[in-house]
Amino acid sequence: MSDLTRMSAVELAGAIKNKQVSAVEVAQAHLDRISAVDERVHAFLHVDAEGALAAAARVDKGEITGPLAGVPVAVKDVIATKGVPTTAASKILEGWRPPYSATIYERLQAAGTVPLGKTNMDEFAMGSSTEYSAYGPTNNPWDLGRIPGGSGGGSAAALAAYEAPLAIGTDTGGSIRQPGAVTGTVGAKPTYGGTSRYGLIAFSSSLDTPGPCARNVEDAALLHSVIGGHDVRDSTSIPQPMPDVVAAARLGATGDLTGVKLGLVKEFAGDGSEPGVIAAFRESLEALVKLGAEVVEVSCPNFQYALPAYYLIAPSECSSNLARFDGVRYGLRVGDDGNRSLEEVMSLTRDAGFGAEVKRRIILGTYALSSGYYDAYYGQAQKVRTLITRDFEKAFEQVDVLVSPTTPFVAFPFGSRTSDPYQMYLADLFTIPTNLYGGPAISVPCGLSEGLPVGFQIMAPTMADDRMYRVGAALESAVGTFTPPAL
Amino acid sequence: MTTTALPTYEDAIARFEPVIGLETHVELGTQTKMFCGCRTEFGAEPNTQVCPVCLALPGALPVANRAGIEATIRIGLALNCDIATWCRMARKNYFYPDMPKNFQTSQYDEPLCAEGYVDVEYEGKPYRIGIERVHLEEDTGKSLHVGGATGRIQGATESLVDYNRAGIPLVEIVTKPVPGLGALAPEIAKAYVTELRDIIRSLGVSDVRMEQGSLRCDVNTSLNKPGEEWGTRTETKNVNSLRSVERAVRSEIIRQASLLDEGTRIIQETRHFHEDRGDTSPGRSKETATDYRYFPEPDLVPIAPDPAWVAELKAALPERPSSKRARLREDWGISEIDMQSVANAGAVELIEETIAAGASPAGARKWWMGELARRANETGIDLADIGATPLQVAELQKLVDAGKLNDKLARAVLEGVVAGEGDPAAVMAARGLEVVNDEGALTAAVDEAIAANPDIAAKIREGKVAAAGALVGAVMKTTRGQADAKTVRDLILARLS
Amino acid sequence: MAAISREEVAHLARLSRLAVTEQELDQFAGQLDVILQSVARVGEVAADDIPPTSHSVPLTNVYRDDVPQPSLTQDEALSGAPDAFDGRFRVPRILDEEA
Repeated sequence: MSDLTRMSAVELAGAIKNKQVSAVEVAQAHLDRISAVDERVHAFLHVDAEGALAAAARVDKGEITGPLAGVPVAVKDVIATKGVPTTAASKILEGWRPPYSATIYERLQAAGTVPLGKTNMDEFAMGSSTEYSAYGPTNNPWDLGRIPGGSGGGSAAALAAYEAPLAIGTDTGGSIRQPGAVTGTVGAKPTYGGTSRYGLIAFSSSLDTPGPCARNVEDAALLHSVIGGHDVRDSTSIPQPMPDVVAAARLGATGDLTGVKLGLVKEFAGDGSEPGVIAAFRESLEALVKLGAEVVEVSCPNFQYALPAYYLIAPSECSSNLARFDGVRYGLRVGDDGNRSLEEVMSLTRDAGFGAEVKRRIILGTYALSSGYYDAYYGQAQKVRTLITRDFEKAFEQVDVLVSPTTPFVAFPFGSRTSDPYQMYLADLFTIPTNLYGGPAISVPCGLSEGLPVGFQIMAPTMADDRMYRVGAALESAVGTFTPPAL
Repeated sequence: MTTTALPTYEDAIARFEPVIGLETHVELGTQTKMFCGCRTEFGAEPNTQVCPVCLALPGALPVANRAGIEATIRIGLALNCDIATWCRMARKNYFYPDMPKNFQTSQYDEPLCAEGYVDVEYEGKPYRIGIERVHLEEDTGKSLHVGGATGRIQGATESLVDYNRAGIPLVEIVTKPVPGLGALAPEIAKAYVTELRDIIRSLGVSDVRMEQGSLRCDVNTSLNKPGEEWGTRTETKNVNSLRSVERAVRSEIIRQASLLDEGTRIIQETRHFHEDRGDTSPGRSKETATDYRYFPEPDLVPIAPDPAWVAELKAALPERPSSKRARLREDWGISEIDMQSVANAGAVELIEETIAAGASPAGARKWWMGELARRANETGIDLADIGATPLQVAELQKLVDAGKLNDKLARAVLEGVVAGEGDPAAVMAARGLEVVNDEGALTAAVDEAIAANPDIAAKIREGKVAAAGALVGAVMKTTRGQADAKTVRDLILARLS
Repeated sequence: MAAISREEVAHLARLSRLAVTEQELDQFAGQLDVILQSVARVGEVAADDIPPTSHSVPLTNVYRDDVPQPSLTQDEALSGAPDAFDGRFRVPRILDEEA
């Protein structure tokens, strides 16, 4: 057998199914890889070796079959995993072991995947670099001095470092796609409501979307099909059956995009992308045209308001969602000396337990929801959301998907954007409109700029997740995959 | 605290006009909580009816209970409200340890039901109370305050929280401000809450028991001089009985009048009613109250009741308790005051069912309002849970009517029924309580009584029939009560005529 | 002119139950001012007749039946508690009418 950690999920599943290798061997190979490199990468906050080997053993006994049986998966630490530490990379949840599991985690287990552990992220998924993790940043396997993107930098880096073939991410403003782009991996944000949020520690409830991360498009589609679909425990879960994303990925991989119309968002053209990013994106676009696709320029005039609207809606919802972290039922408690009142203890706990970015957003959201400011901020942002949705709907009358670079810049060095929070927010300039609309989008590696990966974003209409997989797989067939230098 | 003597109520009401408003919370009697499948049983072990959702564990999400939505709509319909065709739940954000999410899932500017009214009657006159809104929200948990005096929050050193109640559906019913009631404001307030309680009870969506907290009432009161604008209102909480509703309004009118007399401004605040003292004390001042930062709940999708469904629910509403009472009063041939006490005792349906099972109206009412109501009062158990069913009471009355039981024996049989010894016939047999109808035995007892009381017998012979009672008593004594008094009397009179 | 003052930030922090330090206050006030000036751009859009979007899925009336589901055990419920006693979550004294 070749190096098990270099194989795709599809290859691993096939090899396990055909008994060429056992699931336990596959799990062990990845655990060994984690032991070898994670000290430098720091993709994981918690490695559950025992749980992984036990899950793998069940597959080897034939107790579970399925398209991903025996394939290891890394899970972002914002997903509740029964009995396995879940912190959302925050001090406020240090040591918490949930008494229940997220729906998508149960589906991963039911499908026979082998959860390796929990991956690093920006605290409560707020950030674009993992620099806001309370447990230290994750390092980009392409250049350990650079950020792996965020918030799901741990999941993306685990893939790029060959610590896992599959990973779970969550995308509120780009937290799956932007890390995918800067690590040369694939990250897909499903249609909002297409994957269950039950057990996903909420950041911004109306935007949060769990989704698959992988090293190739077909693997991502397979993982998507395993975790997706209706969940009665999530009121915002879509009851209609989801499109066949795996078939779409396989269709795309044949390299034929005849008749597919790609929309180029006019308003994204001038927006401060690095030249290397623009170049890689342009070349990829030409490659797609060679496969038969047609490029149409579309106008989405309200996209320019997406970032401001997002930074009102997401903090507002987060200020309410994070109120439950009060040191009463779980998590950290600070300052309970027998004299202080609950109010004082709660305030000390929250100040000590939350990092600066989380606190900034809570305060910002509290402000935006205050009476007297609500209409001008939160209310107006929700109207902008309607306008952005209309822009998407209008564009999709003309084209099948919209395309753009995933992020304006390649992986940046640590510390270069932390002093000015708004500079960090710009990393999500191209990914945020989709979250406000609720549609699916995928980032697929499309080239390198100064030796660092560039991501190509494909945005599709809601419940047309299959389209992005088709175009994504076609792009992959044209430009190939990208391998980071050896660690 | 002012040392000036308080004005009398009559004094106060002579100079000021009250405006009242009531906010009532009704805990619904659903099997499960509003947003999760946890049970809602009263009195369970602490924190055993909780799950990730109602404990607000990170990641958990709410799913609305259809029964809670339906009950709210039915309450709205019963209160003559318009039912929203589309509305959303909202988050009311504030920190409190009883509230696991530190926001309450409630409704803000889009209530499920709005613009209704309730007609109440007081001393034969009708009053219409406007309903502003009826909305759905969730209850909080409960704290035990430890280390202070008598479990009060003041002075406690710590608190212990139980979340079993957290997430139980609550319906909030808010009246419009009610001006123009004058001196009757306290009585009308009480009459309104009574009517509301009866309506909701008739819907079967809540047991609406104030003493258990499934019906809670906040009373808003303000005063103004005639012809002037409405005054600043206070909100009185902790009003835990119908009588307290009346007392709370009355005491607040007196207190505010006293302050206004001194030229003191009324501050908008929450006050707490004290059952023992009959007055209120200040709580949190609303002027410094927190900003609740309401926004639409993103985790729950909008509620858009199908108009056809709403029409169905409307058509299936039970008869309004007040009109039902009027109808039954007529059927039973009793006075308004008697009907009122039947209603207050919670006996309307019980008597109705007893009659349906074959008892006469007078007979049915006699047992439920007499022996059984007395027991209910003494034990504090609801009449409906007292241990006797309408069917059993009807059977008891039939036995009396058939002459198999006399009043005294019937009481003893009922005691056995309540004690769980079985149906009346069974209790009668087991306890050997049947009326003695053996003519021979009775005649012997009568003769014995006549012989033992020659003076009385002589009086009866002279035509003083009323004296027969003493002989009846003597016979009843020798037969240990198991004779029918009327039969005995007839026998005595026949012997002595 | 600053969009938000240091005092306002202090008030918001209190409302959010964050015992921020003086240093944090200084830092946040400046940063939030920059962010607010940027996000205030949403006001440029004339949207008087535009309905707000609160949910991005077109779903209504999602309910469950009133059927009990298993709860956690008391031990599970209290398993993460910083402090518990006698089946309940223990908290420091609550200021009267704290809200």
